[in-house]
Amino acid sequence: MKTQSTSAMALAVALFFTTACSEAPQATESTNETDLSTAGQSAVSDDMSQKNVVQVAVGSPDHSTLVTAVTTAGLVDVLSNVGPFTVFAPVNAAFDALPDGTVDGLLKPESKGALTNILEYHVYVGVIRESMIQDGMVLNQVNGDNITLNKTGNDITVNGAKVIGSVPASNGIVYVIDKVLLPPDKK
Amino acid sequence: MNKNRIIVSALFIISLAGMMAVNGCKPKAPGAVGMGDAASKVFVAPGKYDEFYNIVSGGFNGQISVVGLPSGRVFRIVPVFSVHPENGYGYSEESKPMLNTSHGFVPWDDLHHIALSVTKGEHDGRWAFANANNTPRIARIDLTTFETEEILEIPNSGGNHSSPFITQNSEYVVASTRFSVPMGTDQQRDVPINTYKENFKGTVSFISVANDGDMKIAFQLVTPGVNFDLARAGKGPSHGWFFFSCYNTEQAYSLLEVNASQKDKDFIMAVNWKKAEEYIKAGKGKTVKSRYAHNKMDHSTHTATSTMMEEVLQLDPIALKDIIYFIPCPKSPHGCDVDPTGEYIVGSGKLAALIPVFSFSKTMKAIENKDFEGDFAGIPVIRYESALHGVVEKPGLGPLHTEFDGKGNAYTSMFVSSEIVKWDIKTLQVLDRAPTYYSVGHLSIPGGPTTKPHGKYLVAYNKITKDRYLPTGPELCQSAQLYDISGDKMQLILDFPTIGEPHYAEALPASMIKDKQVKFYKLEDNKHPYAAKGESEAKVVREGNKIHVYMTSIRSHFAPDNIEGVRLGDEVYFHVTNLEQDWDVPHGFAIKGADNAETLIMPGATQTLKWIPKRVGIFPFYCTDFCSALHQEMQGYIRVSPAGTNAPISFSLGVPGK
Repeated sequence: MKTQSTSAMALAVALFFTTACSEAPQATESTNETDLSTAGQSAVSDDMSQKNVVQVAVGSPDHSTLVTAVTTAGLVDVLSNVGPFTVFAPVNAAFDALPDGTVDGLLKPESKGALTNILEYHVYVGVIRESMIQDGMVLNQVNGDNITLNKTGNDITVNGAKVIGSVPASNGIVYVIDKVLLPPDKK
Repeated sequence: MNKNRIIVSALFIISLAGMMAVNGCKPKAPGAVGMGDAASKVFVAPGKYDEFYNIVSGGFNGQISVVGLPSGRVFRIVPVFSVHPENGYGYSEESKPMLNTSHGFVPWDDLHHIALSVTKGEHDGRWAFANANNTPRIARIDLTTFETEEILEIPNSGGNHSSPFITQNSEYVVASTRFSVPMGTDQQRDVPINTYKENFKGTVSFISVANDGDMKIAFQLVTPGVNFDLARAGKGPSHGWFFFSCYNTEQAYSLLEVNASQKDKDFIMAVNWKKAEEYIKAGKGKTVKSRYAHNKMDHSTHTATSTMMEEVLQLDPIALKDIIYFIPCPKSPHGCDVDPTGEYIVGSGKLAALIPVFSFSKTMKAIENKDFEGDFAGIPVIRYESALHGVVEKPGLGPLHTEFDGKGNAYTSMFVSSEIVKWDIKTLQVLDRAPTYYSVGHLSIPGGPTTKPHGKYLVAYNKITKDRYLPTGPELCQSAQLYDISGDKMQLILDFPTIGEPHYAEALPASMIKDKQVKFYKLEDNKHPYAAKGESEAKVVREGNKIHVYMTSIRSHFAPDNIEGVRLGDEVYFHVTNLEQDWDVPHGFAIKGADNAETLIMPGATQTLKWIPKRVGIFPFYCTDFCSALHQEMQGYIRVSPAGTNAPISFSLGVPGK
């Protein structure tokens, strides 16, 4: 467990810096970020507190693609903060089910905007516990688009994706889902 | 295990390579790059002063801190709504009335926002106003003494969050309720919580400020039950209007974190207060019974008085048309900020993925054309698109507050994505981003809310510091981060801890108030009934079981310093007059076993500490404020004898061998 999070952290650091480097020159000129050399609040070592939504995902071998994506989009620190967040976390198989090359394409630096939009479509600011979910409930996600939750008995779906399980986190809740949620096309 | 270790090391090497790569591609700009010159930008050498006073709310400590910019040094804690044992505020007999309310003595509050007095929309350096969020109050602090001079309670309010924002000539400060509540008689207020929609109302109070600062509730608007969050007055062309952000237009009364986030849009409420004034002149106001305290400090007696007020003038803006209008604003608007020209109103929906900017002139046109999309509880709702100047697309996550630099730029704090985003008010294009560490709430630019921002610096008030401040158990302090905004790019130049939990702050040039500071109070003007204006007037007087000690203090003794004849069952009042007529020589007074606090007495002032002895014996008292090389000699004794002892009062100073 410990080694896993260490490796994820190292990867996070690596991706963070490579992303910063490959950004548009205008962004690198704003030297605040790179020159401060801070590791960020996500790097604070704390083995005692309840895990936050990022740490929950990092701790799950089924979510390595998601963790890579979140890291690439520079959302690790954002999702490590006080929140509160409801995160819909697609498993690796969900990413694998996307057309060939989709994930690799999204992870390219030039796709950062598209990747961020997709990831933010998986996050709601607020904690929606399972008991609060009602059939037909609509949530306005961080990217500005809506998702719809459906509930039949104990079965919950989000935009048709199945909720496989849920994990409470210190700064919210993570719902594990079997499909990647794709934001509606912009008009 | 071994395999894992190999993976870890491999990844670590990759990460190092990444870091090296970034070093390789860093632009090699001279000097200005990096943190290199940050320290020199904030160092204020001995003999020099800071450029700005930063008046910072203390949040849950109920106080204000006075900070210098750019140094970040804390110069003073001004107690406002909370008792302050350090100087006796709320403990001395003279200051206790300041904290009186219709609920009795309330020794604490939650101070969120600052409004500095303005004339023609610009800082004038007279007063700072502050709000009490919990037991609704508004305070006025004099900027020549940095003392709280006046506190006015706000009746018919559940909590005063949306306050104390100010009109461009300080005609009014406002106080609008965060929690709507039922009002009226006991019977009208004793209703089930689930009758929110029918029975709960909001109020927006307009408090007039006289030339001498005296505050009075001019009128209250009674509104539908919602939560008011923040506000700003119009200025320039929009002078005469006031804008308030409202959330929970769902009118939820439980689990607001879910139930108050249901609608796509809540409102900015636009109030035409000049119209309200017309209605009052025409006699359309209604006087209603309401109990609230009005407390004032008198600097000639150094004593506060509390007056209980019994009524307030209310207007019904649903019946009286054209006072208020709603402008739809996405997702629980928090900040509601008016730019220096008075034309643009920025609504920051804390859950919104964009920042809407409304146009005052378009809003006026929409009102004129009755371009409404409907009404909310009988109040017209202007069509969103008709009031909108445009939106800032993808500004960041969790926009909260916006300030201005006077050069056409706006700066918005982003709570969730922890950054300050600079954007152009006209073109709505994002120009720059600077990370904050972490979870920024309010931000402050000197003069940021006025018609003439002083610019130069921006302070971000952050909630989270655990990545870099030495931890201190379960609670870590909040921080302020100072940015140089004089160039195109924001540069972080200082990161310092704060007092309490700052919410809003304002800053004004030091030159406006620095040379107007009161240095001491003139003894000859001291009208305190128990003042001893010289050692010859020092005495001890028994009135029944009350002992009045008329005491003086000067470097380095009290007069008298030996007191006898006090008995158990007596109440002793130490009225201490500081005889010094010199700047920065307060004396303190403390006595063993006092169950209240010490008191600090400013030069020329008189303050009273009440002391009820509970044991027989000799009790020392002493000066607590290091006043001279012989400060440690500044002491005295009081003798307490058993109840019923027939011992006359006696007192002395400097009578050896007796």
